[in-house]
Amino acid sequence: MLLEKLSNACGVSGREDEVREALRQELAPYVDEMWTDPLGNLIMRKGDGPVKVMLDAHMDEVGFCVGDITSEGYLKLKKIGGLDDRVLPGREVWVTQRRIPGVLGAKAWHLCSAEERRKAIPFKEMYVDLGCRSRAEVEALGVELGDPVYFATIFEHFSPRVVKGKAFDDRAGCAVLGGVLQGEAHPGITLYAAFTVQEEIGLRGARVAAYNLNPDLAISLEGTGCANVPGVDPKETITNMGEGPVISLMDAAGIPNLQVFNLLVEAAREAGIRYQFRRLTSGGTNAGRIALERAGIPACTVSVPCRYIHTNAALLNLDDLEGAVSLIHHFLRKVEKGEFRP
Amino acid sequence: MDLASHLADLVAASSITGREEPLAQLLQSEWAPLVDESTVTPLGSYIGLKRGEGSAAALRSLPLPDKPGVLKHPHARPPGPPRVLAAAHIDSIGGMVTAIEPGGFLRFTTVGGVDRRLLMAQEVEVHGARVIPGLVGTKPPHATSPEDRSRLVPVEELYIDTGLPEDEVRKLVPLGAPVLPRFRFRKLQNGRYSSRYMDNRASAAALRVALEELRTLRHTADFYAVGSAGEEFGGMPGAVTATFAIQPDIAIAVDVTFAKHPGSEEDSFPLGEGPTIGVGPNCSPKLTRVLREIAEDLGMGYALEVLPGNSGTDAWGMQVVRGGVATGVLSIPLRYMHTPVETVDLADIRAAGRLLAHLVSRTDAALVEELSCY
Repeated sequence: MLLEKLSNACGVSGREDEVREALRQELAPYVDEMWTDPLGNLIMRKGDGPVKVMLDAHMDEVGFCVGDITSEGYLKLKKIGGLDDRVLPGREVWVTQRRIPGVLGAKAWHLCSAEERRKAIPFKEMYVDLGCRSRAEVEALGVELGDPVYFATIFEHFSPRVVKGKAFDDRAGCAVLGGVLQGEAHPGITLYAAFTVQEEIGLRGARVAAYNLNPDLAISLEGTGCANVPGVDPKETITNMGEGPVISLMDAAGIPNLQVFNLLVEAAREAGIRYQFRRLTSGGTNAGRIALERAGIPACTVSVPCRYIHTNAALLNLDDLEGAVSLIHHFLRKVEKGEFRP
Repeated sequence: MDLASHLADLVAASSITGREEPLAQLLQSEWAPLVDESTVTPLGSYIGLKRGEGSAAALRSLPLPDKPGVLKHPHARPPGPPRVLAAAHIDSIGGMVTAIEPGGFLRFTTVGGVDRRLLMAQEVEVHGARVIPGLVGTKPPHATSPEDRSRLVPVEELYIDTGLPEDEVRKLVPLGAPVLPRFRFRKLQNGRYSSRYMDNRASAAALRVALEELRTLRHTADFYAVGSAGEEFGGMPGAVTATFAIQPDIAIAVDVTFAKHPGSEEDSFPLGEGPTIGVGPNCSPKLTRVLREIAEDLGMGYALEVLPGNSGTDAWGMQVVRGGVATGVLSIPLRYMHTPVETVDLADIRAAGRLLAHLVSRTDAALVEELSCY
């Protein structure tokens, strides 16, 4: 399964190599050409029809890099992207793409003062234990400052349709985009599949890809937050897992182009695809930044609901993911029919 | 070239953020023998072009015409030899006169990240019709309550006393006049110097070292030495617009970083042991590798500086200009950032300049191609 391969691949912002390689291998048979740019975006072109459509999914995930190696042989980390400190202690990590195993230790509960027990452990106090006894031992492993560090989470099925894995934000989007490329061709469209870098640190890869591609319209494909879980008011769940792909109304980076948004909703209705809106306006997606390139690019975001994103392990329902693929195909058919007017 | 005296000239020039003309003009005249041509951009950045061997590059042709909408493989670089841009921001923090009070006292506001803890009793110079010395006035301790003594006075309550009569002040000082800390260019021990504005004149001096070095080093790449305006304001306006115009294949931000001193533990680097080379998403991995190789080939010390996101330098803006640029970050360790006693080691400036020159010399079409291959 593409999602499994992508979720297990490692790629923090700026070090997306493994994800890029997996996408290249899996998708080469389905596209006409592919290339990379100075930032590392992987662009694939399928078809050469009159309407240029950019579909964006970012390859990078949140994680860490080695900030310092202590003389005792521990690693101090720096965060790459937004992470909740409270989910970190006690996690297993992989250091570098070579997956050198390590753990984020925490002082035993028994040794903590009453005050320490009430507080979240500050990130500054966390470190990775590789089992090394000195800095020299760490260096002998080939670990350098700046090397990436990942959550050591392996993809698995919790049920036939619900899967667990790391980095569903945005490997879910990458899997949707891969699924679109593997599916029917759209001869009326030049489809640019932009697997972009550095979304988590400021929507950076997609903007330069959009500048280069200069598409007529763009859709960002995302794994988005989801909280239909105990203790959350049903009005505040953002999205609900298992209730279909998500069309964005607004987020922190922008408001979707109305024509693209309407066309997506019509496509879902006509095809009988269950869909939902994203009921949260914070959090930014690439679409908002793509919209600002050159003279302006009509853009919207379509997402897959993922519980527990930006942690070590998230859950998603494959029905939502497949629904998103189907929604995009129906949307592209409408574009081919001339229903999108630039 | 005497590096120390050049650095002394650079810190002497007035160049607060948004008012960089005096320094940009100084660079135009001082660096003229080292570049083929130079210009000052509409935003106040200096650009000096040193052409590669056989290159016909010219500043007047910037920006190049946009390429037409190409259908296939639209990531194509403009024709001609490789272009390496190195940006050192030439603006600096300071103040601006906001009002003239009865008695000729000047109210002022800060420009950029001024450390307000250092303002009281600071000697300043006000750049009006002439350079006027002044003092940031304070109430005498005898008239200050014990509680007030531990309170930081907000900048709105501070004023500059020039000792001049009000009518003369009104004649000499227009509103908006730049306020700079007064300084001495101090030679400390071991090739270390202390002054205002080593952030970021140290890096401008490193560009100068690179230009000197390139007189004797062969290179086919065109080298654009940019003194960028506006960095301390945020948004990197000077570097971003210069990058848009130049469309470089490689863009290096040269800036200062924190040097170790008592009380600084994490994220600081030794003085005098070479520049830092940035590593992280703002730094092209292959370019970073090339910079490290060059430093090692030259037998030059360096430290890796881990930058997990925004590097806080011009490189953050330059990386995402147009279709994206391979960027790198080179920094000179500096103690006491944003104080009037910023301290650097000339050896680090020389090393950064040499590293830059050798990068220009090593840049060819194959390297440029390689930087886009992931």
